[in-house]
Amino acid sequence: MTNAEPFIRLDGVSKVFRSRKQEFLAVSDATFDVNEGELVSLVGPSGCGKTTLLKIIAGLFDHDGGSVTIGGAGSGFDPARDVGMVFQAPLLLKWRRVMENVMLPAEILGLPMKEAKDRAGDLLNMVGLAGHEQKYPYELSGGMQQRAAIARSLVHDPKLILMDEPFGALDALTREKMNLELLRIWEQSRKTILFVTHGITEAVFLGTKVVVLTAGPARMADRIEIDLPQPRTLDMKTHERFGTYTRRIYALLGME
Amino acid sequence: MWRWSAIVGVHLAVVVIWYLVVKLGNIPKFVIASPHATLMSLFDTYPWFDNTVVTTIEIFGGYFLAVVVGVGLALVFSWFRTVENLLMPLVVSLNMIPKVALGPLIIVWFDYGPMTNAIIAFSISFLPILITTARGLREIEPDLIDLVKTLRATRWQVFVKIQLPGSLPYIFSGMKVAVVLAVAGAVVGEFIASDAGLAYLIGQVQVTLDTAAMMMAVLLITLVGVALYLIVLIMERILVVRDARVETV
Repeated sequence: MTNAEPFIRLDGVSKVFRSRKQEFLAVSDATFDVNEGELVSLVGPSGCGKTTLLKIIAGLFDHDGGSVTIGGAGSGFDPARDVGMVFQAPLLLKWRRVMENVMLPAEILGLPMKEAKDRAGDLLNMVGLAGHEQKYPYELSGGMQQRAAIARSLVHDPKLILMDEPFGALDALTREKMNLELLRIWEQSRKTILFVTHGITEAVFLGTKVVVLTAGPARMADRIEIDLPQPRTLDMKTHERFGTYTRRIYALLGME
Repeated sequence: MWRWSAIVGVHLAVVVIWYLVVKLGNIPKFVIASPHATLMSLFDTYPWFDNTVVTTIEIFGGYFLAVVVGVGLALVFSWFRTVENLLMPLVVSLNMIPKVALGPLIIVWFDYGPMTNAIIAFSISFLPILITTARGLREIEPDLIDLVKTLRATRWQVFVKIQLPGSLPYIFSGMKVAVVLAVAGAVVGEFIASDAGLAYLIGQVQVTLDTAAMMMAVLLITLVGVALYLIVLIMERILVVRDARVETV
């Protein structure tokens, strides 16, 4: 983290969706930095443009105003190879076994297959799916499918992982477990992670920084540095400081 | 195993009932021929083999063309949404045309013969394949396409790795419906104008009231259709993971 330049810099980014008759401002004036190796949570109610913002960073949408810089000068950031994505649905190909699913990005990028396979094996091990490599997605539970999706997002060794409410569809207990898993994976892989969620506790628990977005009109409310010790543990949720952070976010979202 | 015995058993039961109806009902053989008489008609001098080959080629040829054109056109639709929005309503209207009624016209346009009958089989069977494939391609999660787009996948990679395997269950459900239609198309073509094929043969032996031969011809046409259906079914078993199969007929 000696880099002076942040890994991602968003400066006044806005996005307007236009249909024939109306314009819809999805994102306005989003300004925040993400340093290399950080895990930044993007929190806000549904429809606040979190996903749009993520897709702008992923290069799937153009933005209308402001600037997006990823990687900075001379970091060798390759938008094709250095982005991994995890969505709310695991989106595994149901006709492929777990191993083959994890291999998909490597196939598309044309990476050397032997090494990619070894890496996929290691990653499946890391996400706790050793022994399930030859199963089909329907043979796995929701949480296991999402683990496979996380392994898939890491197989081409990207610098940046974008996660769009990855645990939103899981039950509360599995979700807690997956939060801890994600922190462990983040610790081990040292990736930069941008984590979109509508769970305030989740955002604070995971993030080194939380970016708060409000809905209608979509705008960025605040950026909060989360100063809690690493590695995070579940009992931190009862810390006084943890409560201060969550209360502040509730207030920003007008829920207090 | 139980399932296979059931399939064979039900078919055998129909033959037995057929036999009993003819035997006990004292039905004259020019109305319904007995199973035995029907089978024995194979030894008559009719060119069974040649006619079966002709009909098989018409059905398989027209069907193969229907699969290629149906899937291909659906793919073009998925690439160019404007084309889909423009042409899909037309496709629905075209689907309403009783294709059988087009038979005489197609024969006027292409002259009669196995080629023309294959074209009729094609025209009647490609629309369901197009419609189900287009549906299957639409069912693919947009997020999944986004996922591979972030990896800068080429259009061909998206098709081969995501779209085609993803819509295969739908393609097969359309293909299964299309088998029946392809068979009907070839038969209609042969009925209207032809000089070979099993349906042509039916027309020939009808004049001499050789009911056994007529029934044998129907049976052979059915067998060709069943063979094609089985091929499609086996391909589906091989290519589509059980969980993904779309249940139809």
